[in-house]
Amino acid sequence: MDYFIELFFSGLTRGSIYALIALGYTMVYGIIGLINFAHGEIYMIGAFTAFIVATVLSIYGFPLFSIVIIAGLAAVVWSSSYGYTIEKIAYKPLRHAPRLSPLISAIGMSIFLQNYVLLAQTSDFLPFPTLIPDWEFMEPIAHIVGTTDLAILVTTVMVMVLLTVVIKFTKIGKAMRATAQDRMMATLVGINVNNVISATFIVGSALAAIGGLLIASHIGQINFYIGFIAGIKAFTAAVLGGIGSIPGAVLGSFVLGLTESFATGYVSSDYEDVFAFSLLVLILIFKPSGLLGKATNQKV
Amino acid sequence: MLKLENVQSGYGNKLAIKEVSLEINEGEIITLIGANGAGKSTTLMTICGVVACRAGSVKFQEREIHKMAPDEIVKLGICQVPEGRHIFPQLTVKENLDMGAFLRNDTEEIKKDRDYVYSLFPILAERRHQDGGNLSGGEQQMLAMSRALMARPKLLLLDEPSMGLAPLVIKQIFEIIKQINKESNTTIFLVEQNANQALHIADRGYVMETGRITLSGPAQELLANTDIQKAYLGI
Repeated sequence: MDYFIELFFSGLTRGSIYALIALGYTMVYGIIGLINFAHGEIYMIGAFTAFIVATVLSIYGFPLFSIVIIAGLAAVVWSSSYGYTIEKIAYKPLRHAPRLSPLISAIGMSIFLQNYVLLAQTSDFLPFPTLIPDWEFMEPIAHIVGTTDLAILVTTVMVMVLLTVVIKFTKIGKAMRATAQDRMMATLVGINVNNVISATFIVGSALAAIGGLLIASHIGQINFYIGFIAGIKAFTAAVLGGIGSIPGAVLGSFVLGLTESFATGYVSSDYEDVFAFSLLVLILIFKPSGLLGKATNQKV
Repeated sequence: MLKLENVQSGYGNKLAIKEVSLEINEGEIITLIGANGAGKSTTLMTICGVVACRAGSVKFQEREIHKMAPDEIVKLGICQVPEGRHIFPQLTVKENLDMGAFLRNDTEEIKKDRDYVYSLFPILAERRHQDGGNLSGGEQQMLAMSRALMARPKLLLLDEPSMGLAPLVIKQIFEIIKQINKESNTTIFLVEQNANQALHIADRGYVMETGRITLSGPAQELLANTDIQKAYLGI
């Protein structure tokens, strides 16, 4: 039973990270109908920023807690500015182009960012400092749930609650929902759609950066390529849940995380991806719009 | 109040409006009639800044607006109810109305205006917590007009409000248009294919054919014009 619970929590942890990234995919898709393939790289850049800031701060002997906060903030700000800039450079000029053009631009952006970090930093795996120490009160259950697992879960839940509040109740959140549902009409009620799109990229990137910081301190190492794999997985999760749907992305991420975790634990870690993508194929066969996705139909 | 001079606009390399000049005075109901594809909707979209004006000028209260962004134009007090209504399908009726007041911050006054549109269309008050996408066509049209009113427009642009509605509902919608014009002194620019109804409530009318204004005058004169009777009124 302990083993089952352990796998369950490790699945939730994976799912949390996927969710933080998948939200960026699904929100951007909801607003402009684009799969932002460079989103995984935003997450990777977040992890690198956190790495650099944390390393520097620990040299100066800052207390651990303040390192986590400052590194997290730096990652969020830096990643968000990347997300914002990518949209302005690579997607905005192509807004009225055929759908394939911005998609290819996104893939190009992804390759560019990977190689840029490869050149500017290193191709080696970098050891990520331990930002979250093992808490003592976790000792009795440490063999089932690690401290970082718990930290990731709690952080993710807090971020999700915050995001829900922003989207439901704030002006920019309402503007986002309206723009996602009918962009032309959003323009006609006086919403500046360009600002909404920028805000969406900023929010999505901030979430990915938080994910980057959390997973890097969990796994303990990073390199320039981590964004690709995490990006593909999170994208899978977003499609699984129904791309464009925010609750769908979260649900899809947890389903995917748990599936992988149990597949690894009970079958073999070699089959982790096989199960993940088989699940995707199955769901797309029986419910093409994803778990919570809505079949698109237009009322005229 | 609104003045278009030799306006040209279109999509891609096609010109949908070749040359349109028209003028709307404060407090009037003006109608623009014409066949499918004449460029009526494009004219409205050009006024709102959604479709770029390629030549000529659009002036609103003596101010050039044809280079302004759509949200700035809404701020000046021009609101459009587009063809096909464009209700936000997954927002409730109340949320849809609040989106209409997006640029306003006076919570108390917004509430008053909401009560006012509920009094115009009591059915909307009944359905205030339903998703906009679940309303019938007529209810959606009422909601679309109410949403535009929530912005307290000085000039209300209505694109085919009668499209796809039952005759009784059409009659009701046109009654309300007259009422809005009188009660809140809102100037109305009404684009319609239903020329008969539109000319009956309008002060003046313009007739549009393939991107140009071909005829204009007081609504009563247009109703009596034999060419118009043949082409648009089916008499």
